[in-house]
Amino acid sequence: MEFLNYFGGVFEPWAFMLLLGGTIGGLILGATPGLSPTMAVALLIPFTFHMSATHGLVLLGAAYTSTVAGGAVSAILLKIPGAPANIATALDGNEMAKRGEGARALHMSFLSSGVGGVIGILLLIFLTPVLAQWVLKIQTPHVFWIAILGVTVIGSLDSKSFVKGLLSGCIGLWLSTIGYDEIQGTERFIFADALSGGIGIIPALIGLFAIPQVLDMMAKGRVDALVEALEVPKQKLTASLRELTRYVRALSIGTVVGSIIGLIPGVGGQIAGLVAYDQSRKLSPQREKFGTGHPEGVVAAESANNAMVGPSLVPLLTLSIPGSPTAAVLLGGLLIKEIFPGSDIFDNHPEVVWTFINSMLVGQVLMVIFGIMIAGWAARIARAPAPIMAAGVLVLAVFGSYSVGQSVGDVHIMLALGIGMFILEKFGFSAAPLVLGLILGPIAGDNFTQGMTLAAAQDGPWVYFFTGTLNIFLISLVIASIAYSFWNNMLAGGKTPAAEPAGREAK
Amino acid sequence: MKKLFKTAVLATAALAVAATGSFAADYPDRPIGVAVSYGAGGATDFQARIVTMVAGNEDILGQPIYILNKPGAGGRKGWNWFATEAPADGYTMSAYNIPHFIAQSIKGGVKYSADSFEPIANWGSDPAVVVVGKDSKFNSMQDLIDYAKANPGKTTTSGAGLFVGHHIAALQIEKACECKLAYVPTKGGGAAAMKAVIGGEVLAGINNLSDAFRAREAGNVKILGVADLERNDFIKDVPTLKESGLDVDNSSVNFRGLMVPKGTPPEIIEKLAKQVPMMFAHARVAKRMKAGGSPMKIMNREEVQKMWADREEVLKELLKGL
Repeated sequence: MEFLNYFGGVFEPWAFMLLLGGTIGGLILGATPGLSPTMAVALLIPFTFHMSATHGLVLLGAAYTSTVAGGAVSAILLKIPGAPANIATALDGNEMAKRGEGARALHMSFLSSGVGGVIGILLLIFLTPVLAQWVLKIQTPHVFWIAILGVTVIGSLDSKSFVKGLLSGCIGLWLSTIGYDEIQGTERFIFADALSGGIGIIPALIGLFAIPQVLDMMAKGRVDALVEALEVPKQKLTASLRELTRYVRALSIGTVVGSIIGLIPGVGGQIAGLVAYDQSRKLSPQREKFGTGHPEGVVAAESANNAMVGPSLVPLLTLSIPGSPTAAVLLGGLLIKEIFPGSDIFDNHPEVVWTFINSMLVGQVLMVIFGIMIAGWAARIARAPAPIMAAGVLVLAVFGSYSVGQSVGDVHIMLALGIGMFILEKFGFSAAPLVLGLILGPIAGDNFTQGMTLAAAQDGPWVYFFTGTLNIFLISLVIASIAYSFWNNMLAGGKTPAAEPAGREAK
Repeated sequence: MKKLFKTAVLATAALAVAATGSFAADYPDRPIGVAVSYGAGGATDFQARIVTMVAGNEDILGQPIYILNKPGAGGRKGWNWFATEAPADGYTMSAYNIPHFIAQSIKGGVKYSADSFEPIANWGSDPAVVVVGKDSKFNSMQDLIDYAKANPGKTTTSGAGLFVGHHIAALQIEKACECKLAYVPTKGGGAAAMKAVIGGEVLAGINNLSDAFRAREAGNVKILGVADLERNDFIKDVPTLKESGLDVDNSSVNFRGLMVPKGTPPEIIEKLAKQVPMMFAHARVAKRMKAGGSPMKIMNREEVQKMWADREEVLKELLKGL
């Protein structure tokens, strides 16, 4: 209970001001497509040069927490996930917003973010030493199997057709092989300079989700520009709170999955939301409602991606190994204050570390409060006439993909993928499985090649990838997931649930 | 419309001429960008932000420096861009990492070589070190080498990718001990390679001195040797590889500094070469770098030119036939 002694530091006026500013600023930055949590934190580092260690970390922690949650705003209202963490949020959230329930979706999203986030931080407070040991147990072959587990859900994610889902997943996996392979030292499919670094995940996200939207809006704008303008009904907070209690299952699945996956260095933030979304759907009695604007989907995804924040700091604080790009930036912020993370950080700098962690706890609450305040007026974006929306989204898309690496090449990649996706969507393919393939491809591929190198120096690949409790456990999950999909498919008489002949055009 | 366009073109051209005319005297009259070929938060990015933070002081450059991250393909993407597209007007500099970019250009497939760039000054040197987990049975380089000799190709050794300092150090060790390691390049920089060591996934690892120092402070690893010519102030008790009887020099040391594209006006290079070392030597910079556990080594333009040439020679020899 040592951490309770350091709550005073959070409410000291200057620290609290930073916490407030960081939270509000983070929400706004997070809501801007292309400004990922990593970039937001990196932008703030120079400002911390002149602050005390505690203040600097309070600001960075607040920004990290709230940018992750803020990403839900553009995911829900515009269907542009600001970061990979928010992909799953967009699936149901945007359908809700299209029905004029944007405010409801945002309420759900911030409330469940808050719940997941607080639990994640509590885990960080109480279980850090245990979790640190887990982190070390998760090794190359395990990460490979986790990525394969992710691949097994591709087919059923946001697709009217199982086969089309798998196909889009394959396209995504193929796209992920483009670029320079740092482990094997070879180039693959590099035909243009812009592709030499591979397809960046942020430009891909923006292109695949936003551009088809823009093109759709433009097409509609020509015929019935103002018909689309929706009335946004006011959403009462009490009603939202009551509603959230109905989704305890999704909330707990999201929180548990997010916390566990958040621990895994290099994987966590990217797929936590998607895995939680998929699991909640499989375990929900209303599984056919997922993808049609069902609040449970938003709840699962958002609770997972904020639950991940706390545990994702475990490897950084105890082992001095940053588990995610954002954690790497935070490490820089710590080092510059002469704080070297390690298992003794809690003994050497208790006031700094505990104030930092406490401030993130308080920050989660502030994030919910301000998020909900913002939700009210942000949801009105849905009322903007289609042509204006289309123009606005296009500007954000170009700006967001350029800002990742100040590179026009990324903008070209974004546009090319977007136009390709627009055509594919006309044939009933959807973007989410494609993006999942793009994210999982490198994780599976790199851990496979790395595992093969390690296996060659040990007892060979069979022993390396197929023995050990954790390997066998993960392999059985993979088999169970595939079996589930088949069984489900058979039950539906060869047809997938809610099969619609014309796919997306039906909307 | 056409006339308007013509006027605009002429005006721009006139402006351009005027600008180049008074170029060197006023330089710099706007902020300068520094391209970093690695992502935000990495060691190069982190250090580049610190060493450039006093650029705006009147006695340094009088204009602030901002960082442009151009990550991808182990730095190749950023340096390709810098060699082919960056304007050679002194307003775009880039951070370099030696031996990375020279080793990459020797291996081929990139659009740059040491001749594509003009060094300005060097700010840091981060030697590669050999680390093992805290419970490892290896307590010295000799233990490790004995094992490697008895079990050729079984000594799994992690490092951050191919043709980076860690890889070069591994190659040099193999050459010196006439034994075979199993070098395991990891993706995700030094952090992933370090996790593999701490988690016992590999028998040994080659990592940055700065990161290894922190990991040792935290009680997670033992450091067996430094691949440098002399011992390092951060870890005075650790012998160099030479002291351990391995003929390994400092070719794998990760040198970081600033450069400009070839074709930058000589007056500008001259001004930068004079001012930038002063910026690196600034007391505030030194304090922050020390706090972050980042070893500094300031070298002027002539010294860096010589260092580049030396590296190129050694690496060409080492990478022959790979």
